[in-house]
Amino acid sequence: MWRKMTSTEGGRGLLMVSPPFFYALALLAMPLGAIFMFSFWTQDFVTLDTTFTLNNYREILEKPIYGALLKRSLYVSGCVTAVTVLLAFPVAYFVSFHVRPERKSLWLFLITIPFWTSYLIRVFLWKVILGYNGVVNTGLLNIGLIDEPLTFILYNVNAVIITLAHAFAPFAILPIFVALEKIDRSLLEAAQDLGESKFMTFIRITLPLSMPGLVAAVLIVFIPTIGDYVTPELMGGAGGKLIANMIQTQFLALNNAPLGAALAIVAMLCVTAISLGFVLLNRRWLRGRG
Amino acid sequence: MSLRIYAIAYLIFLYAPIVLLPIFAFNDATIIAFPLAGFTTKWFDALMTGNALHAAVKNSLMIAATTAVLATLLGICAARAGAMYKFPMKAGIMGFIMLPLVLPEIIVAVSLLVVVVQILNLGLSNWTIIAAHVLICTPFSIAILNGAFQNLDPSMEEAAMDLGESRFSAFRLVTLPLVMPGIISSMLIAFTISLDEFIIAFFLSGASPTMPVYIWGLLRFPASLPVVMALGTILVALSIVLLTIAEVLRRRGLARAGVQDKGGFL
Repeated sequence: MWRKMTSTEGGRGLLMVSPPFFYALALLAMPLGAIFMFSFWTQDFVTLDTTFTLNNYREILEKPIYGALLKRSLYVSGCVTAVTVLLAFPVAYFVSFHVRPERKSLWLFLITIPFWTSYLIRVFLWKVILGYNGVVNTGLLNIGLIDEPLTFILYNVNAVIITLAHAFAPFAILPIFVALEKIDRSLLEAAQDLGESKFMTFIRITLPLSMPGLVAAVLIVFIPTIGDYVTPELMGGAGGKLIANMIQTQFLALNNAPLGAALAIVAMLCVTAISLGFVLLNRRWLRGRG
Repeated sequence: MSLRIYAIAYLIFLYAPIVLLPIFAFNDATIIAFPLAGFTTKWFDALMTGNALHAAVKNSLMIAATTAVLATLLGICAARAGAMYKFPMKAGIMGFIMLPLVLPEIIVAVSLLVVVVQILNLGLSNWTIIAAHVLICTPFSIAILNGAFQNLDPSMEEAAMDLGESRFSAFRLVTLPLVMPGIISSMLIAFTISLDEFIIAFFLSGASPTMPVYIWGLLRFPASLPVVMALGTILVALSIVLLTIAEVLRRRGLARAGVQDKGGFL
């Protein structure tokens, strides 16, 4: 058996990939299975009742708070994704098309650095920037653009969106940049030689060819944002809490892990369904051509 | 030209919070707001005396170092398999290993919490955090190591084996030196991610909190905020140093493998 495994290329490859594969199987697939199972159980403070029941899901359907939180979470994730990707595209375009090749890594390095540093403190500092006596308000008051501090930028959904859009920026830039780098520059020259304007060249060549990167950027921002509870906790105030805060509360404060598990499953299913729908809508751009 | 201005404005947006950190860390006031009060280093002095903080930092350093080594070992296996072998169901297996990159962290956290506490009946400890951090850091390690492994010529190892080396010593003598910069770069990145990770650590930490969990506790007390700013300043400086070393090594690794640098960690 061992002989057979190590004598073929396929066998050696499988052997080589098996440690990370079994690690992911044990720590990702099995726990996900466990949490799925858990969502059909119930818990009364500390005692766990393992009889199969749909009560958790029924409660999520019946109590309006869960639906409202879920809807708000999806809305916030959607807005964050749209804002992040729209703001990121010109930057990725600039780095790919207008920066000299030897300077490109430096730009990407500068873009990724803030992403790796002190996530908690970064979120907290947005409070300092957007707060009542914050940087934005003090600045605008001093210039004389406003007469009293703006209050719609902290402790609500807007603040959550701004902060998350900041946190996920590099995640959006990198896949778009990679897609733009792959575009054959001679296609653009050909289009212009054939009389297209710069703008139409962008619409008809660059944009369609960068779609795989755009779709990847959308997914890589949209899916993880649903699981963030730090930003809504610090920035959202009372009206800006999201589904992840509720999952966290069920697990850590209310000791109702099965309901928390069911909420996590429902949130995951919604995100997955929307992501799949998005990929399907864009499938004509994702097929390799030629 | 206008694109360049936009890109620079975007960089300013990205760096805005980080630039504020040192400003408030050296500001002589307990309230984190403008106008500034005056220069002081007392918040850094306060960092020297906190025993609970020191315990948390030590904890985090241990977790991050272990995570860095384990994630990089798994990353080497996956990157080598992905770059040098063809095997059945390759795309599916590699995709599955990379999945934690897009999975919401809270899902990883709660599912591991359920397994460890409710099903295996084990207590939470630093090892539960390490297990989870290795899971989320491995895809980043693979992404970095892919660059080092991808354009390596398999015939070099074959040549060493034809000359009498065993499969393992061929790897150790030929491939390992070539991918070494990538390995160190991957360890530094995994270290930085683990050191900074909060969402999972908050669920899975046992009696001794990690540094981000400890900072989270401090954020609730207005009086401790300037100290948090001082700590944050040190952390940002440290991670910039680590990341710069990682980036330099990553480029050197690519140069050794004879690949043109296309930039970026991912």
